[in-house]
Amino acid sequence: MPKLIKGVGCPYCGSSCDDIEVLVSDDETKILEVHNACIIGTNLFHHANDPTRPRLPRRRQPDGSMKEIPYDEAIDYMAKTMLAAKKPLVYGFGSTNCEGMSAVARIAEKSGAVLDNCATICHGPSFLAIFDNGYPSCTLGEAKNRADVVVFWGCNPMHAHPRHTSRYSIFPRGYFTQKGQMQRTVLCVDPRETDTAKLADHHLMLDQGHDYELFDAFRTVLRGFEIPDVVAGIPKETIKKSVEIMKNAKFCMIFFGMGCTHTDGRNHNIDAAISLTRDLNTHTKASIMAMRGHYNIAGPGQVWAWQFGFPYCIDLSKGTHAHMNPGETSSVDLAMRDEVDCFVNVGADAGAHFPIQPVQHLKKHPFITVDPNFNMASEISDLHIPVRIAGVDEPGVVYRMDNVPIQFRAVIKGLPGVPSDEELFNKVYERMCELTKTEPIWLAAKEDRRYPESEAVI
Amino acid sequence: MASGEMIVKGGFIIDPTRKIDGDVGDVAIKDGKIVDKVSSSAKVIDAKGKIVMAGAVDVHSHVAGPKVNAGRLMRPEDKFISGVFRSGMAQKNGYRMESGFSIPSVFKTGYDYARMGYTFVMEAAMPPLLAPHTHEEIHDTPIIDEAALPVFANNWFVMEYLRKGEVENTASYIAWLLKATKGYGVKLVNPGGTAAWAWGLNCLSLNDPVPYFEITPAEIIKGLIEANEYLGLPHSVHLHQNNLGNPGNYPDTIAALKIAEGFKARNKFGREQVMHSTHLQFHSYGGEGWKDFCSKAKEVMDYVNKQKNITIDLGCVTLDETTTMTADGPFEHHLHSLNHLKWTNVDVEMETAAGIVPYIYDKNVTPNAVQWATGLELALFAKDMNRTFITTDHPNAGPFTRYPRVIKWLMSKKAREATIATMKNSDKMIGLTNIHTMDRELTLFEIAQMTRSGPAKCLGLGNVYGGLAPGMNADVGIFDLNYKNLPSDAEKIETAFQRAACFIKGGEVIVRDGEVVSHGHKKTVWVKVKMPENPQVTRDVSQAFTQGTYTVDIRNYPVREYLAPHQSVIDVNVEA
Repeated sequence: MPKLIKGVGCPYCGSSCDDIEVLVSDDETKILEVHNACIIGTNLFHHANDPTRPRLPRRRQPDGSMKEIPYDEAIDYMAKTMLAAKKPLVYGFGSTNCEGMSAVARIAEKSGAVLDNCATICHGPSFLAIFDNGYPSCTLGEAKNRADVVVFWGCNPMHAHPRHTSRYSIFPRGYFTQKGQMQRTVLCVDPRETDTAKLADHHLMLDQGHDYELFDAFRTVLRGFEIPDVVAGIPKETIKKSVEIMKNAKFCMIFFGMGCTHTDGRNHNIDAAISLTRDLNTHTKASIMAMRGHYNIAGPGQVWAWQFGFPYCIDLSKGTHAHMNPGETSSVDLAMRDEVDCFVNVGADAGAHFPIQPVQHLKKHPFITVDPNFNMASEISDLHIPVRIAGVDEPGVVYRMDNVPIQFRAVIKGLPGVPSDEELFNKVYERMCELTKTEPIWLAAKEDRRYPESEAVI
Repeated sequence: MASGEMIVKGGFIIDPTRKIDGDVGDVAIKDGKIVDKVSSSAKVIDAKGKIVMAGAVDVHSHVAGPKVNAGRLMRPEDKFISGVFRSGMAQKNGYRMESGFSIPSVFKTGYDYARMGYTFVMEAAMPPLLAPHTHEEIHDTPIIDEAALPVFANNWFVMEYLRKGEVENTASYIAWLLKATKGYGVKLVNPGGTAAWAWGLNCLSLNDPVPYFEITPAEIIKGLIEANEYLGLPHSVHLHQNNLGNPGNYPDTIAALKIAEGFKARNKFGREQVMHSTHLQFHSYGGEGWKDFCSKAKEVMDYVNKQKNITIDLGCVTLDETTTMTADGPFEHHLHSLNHLKWTNVDVEMETAAGIVPYIYDKNVTPNAVQWATGLELALFAKDMNRTFITTDHPNAGPFTRYPRVIKWLMSKKAREATIATMKNSDKMIGLTNIHTMDRELTLFEIAQMTRSGPAKCLGLGNVYGGLAPGMNADVGIFDLNYKNLPSDAEKIETAFQRAACFIKGGEVIVRDGEVVSHGHKKTVWVKVKMPENPQVTRDVSQAFTQGTYTVDIRNYPVREYLAPHQSVIDVNVEA
């Protein structure tokens, strides 16, 4: 009898939808059907059925081929390689659980590594702006229940976060927004006519790369000053009208994405966006939110902030204290300067997402990939260690884009012998302690690690 | 829990639970508990010439959870404050790396509390939706036992039930939420005001109606006291009042305290108060603006002293650069408009909000100096030290690592005057406060009441924490102070309390000569109420999820067991 599991979290985008229903085979080894998820999420679940999924670590041979090796050998290699390196770089973590992130921090500390996550090539500029200017935000339920004006600036959820608009931002009927879309005015600021722009009531098609000027013009108008006739390709009247809409909102919600963080201005764009949100709060209620990409990319920012005080670009190589200085300790910059002598890619694909020069530099040194699947990075690695898929065959906590922790469940049994990220990193840590003849420090982490099905709620 | 026997020998014992004040004696330990006597083979810890107290209990501190972490994340500069706080001693021994000053990392939090001889810390505000985050941090914090108070006073269910006067339904909801979040008690933060903040508004007085919900802060406070006593929870309602931080707020403070009049504590845990009013310093101001901003500690304490069913904690300003963070969202927005530093806000659907703003308490700025005096005056005016607890509302008025400094100020008039002498506007400050005229110096016994027996009793944990009587947890702090001959230099008092000579927790030596030597066995403490099912509450709660007012699935809402290891569950039975 197949089983229908409800309330399942989706391991795709930062919306981290947890209303997925998954039909699994009686023996809990196959996923049969996936309901409610978007097409990408659905396929991610079905991927887990792929019979060609790697089940053993693969080590590169002198002739360039990859050969399967036992886990113990892979763990030994990883421990020795990281300990031998002067400055290993551990990067990734968009697509794994917080338990793994907590465990990897232990081995990063032990080996004096740099810890970094996908934000470094994604919402890193948002972090820089938050360091300077704070982050007046809210949970997505607030947007759903209250927002009557929604602004999408440099983001395209219709493609990048397919269910965002239906679950949180445009269509849903919230407590104070019973009329759903009818009750919301949607503004989209984007140089292209994206599918999100097509949905919007007002599309401000600004000149590409001129977001900062436009944010500045919005603030200037809001503060009652004059602006030029055209700013960033947008006529003054349109800007004034848009500001009027935002100012007269009961609750104005601003979502921003890569269109702001990775065009000219970068963190300064976000800085201006945050200042605009703050200014709006003197007139009404306004909130801002980064459209985080992966289902748990907010996770490493949280876990490492409570462990080391920094969300990304954390240099632990000094031994006495953690040090963060994006530009100096960020993955791409370190790799560009060829400053790291071992690279560990976890739950992400540096092979596909880094520029080519950094990858070339990284490839000169030991290159290890920890990922459930084959990807670009795994194929150029010296060692690829497969793990379970967090959210499919491994449970754990993930942080949604609004930093709400969601306790994901496993829907099927993991492949026999394949560990979770956490188990793998704990074994590497134990091996490192053996090699260095030191006592491991577990705190509470290793004890009582069971993942029971959640009990009846009420 | 360490097995085996141990004896702390020859120290000056200070234990208010047994009215022992400086008698030389021994503390015997067996299997993690304090016992009458041990065999001659017990391990001896020499405490001769030093004072011996129970492990300390912190009644109110923001140490774990989403807003604490948002503060860490947004303030990289907090990691760069130099001196002893930059990197701790323990790290050198191969312990986890430490970082942060006003909002230390979880590792530093655990280590630093242990170094000061603290055994139990109450996380003061947990947003229920984000409870898994709070527990993940507690999970990663070494050594100290922790519990967390979920926030209730702006919760839609609570406001809806109380508007209709349904105390029983409120109580059932509290019972459900404590279980779902593994929480400890009922926290109120700016009742109604934080809910109003969701629309950018606030409730400054006790009678301002909450928008949409048509209930007043006074009704929320009263209703939650009734529900708390209906359940008979170990702790009373834990109230962060309305109108925090504003000049002239003390009449509102006293008005809120008066709501407790006529209520009697109903519980099996030895608790006597029905209201704990937290960080009272922020609520004891006179004046009409910042120019005549002054201390009203005397007026507030005159009321507290005669009202036996109230406990308070101080919230002392320590004159540091720190990070303010509270579920009082509108206050943080207001503070940001005063100091124009960065501002983070987190509104949480249906439940609460939070704000974070860095703040520099500058001794040369008169209102800050007045705040410093106000906090200390509260303690110096207090008559019952078992109802008056030392806190800094960490990190709001200062980091918890400054408790020893607060103790120094409380124990030494000379130390207070020395600090006043360094203030640019000391004359002005003296005119606005009472501190200069107050000669009282607290005793070590009184300090032990304020940090050990008092808070433990207030939390309903007086049978295990806060004392050295046989049967209690073997949590013992030894401090390098000679009871018979206290140092004339008050700095030595601060140094002694900053780094315990020895700290034993659960019968295991955790700190020796101020250095952490073990990670101990921490516990997560929470309260489980057993009561008959309430069909209406069950239906209301599940509808909030199924009809999508919440954006998560109800199955993923309760904190899972594995996130809270080593649980110490306190059972409360409510008869049908």
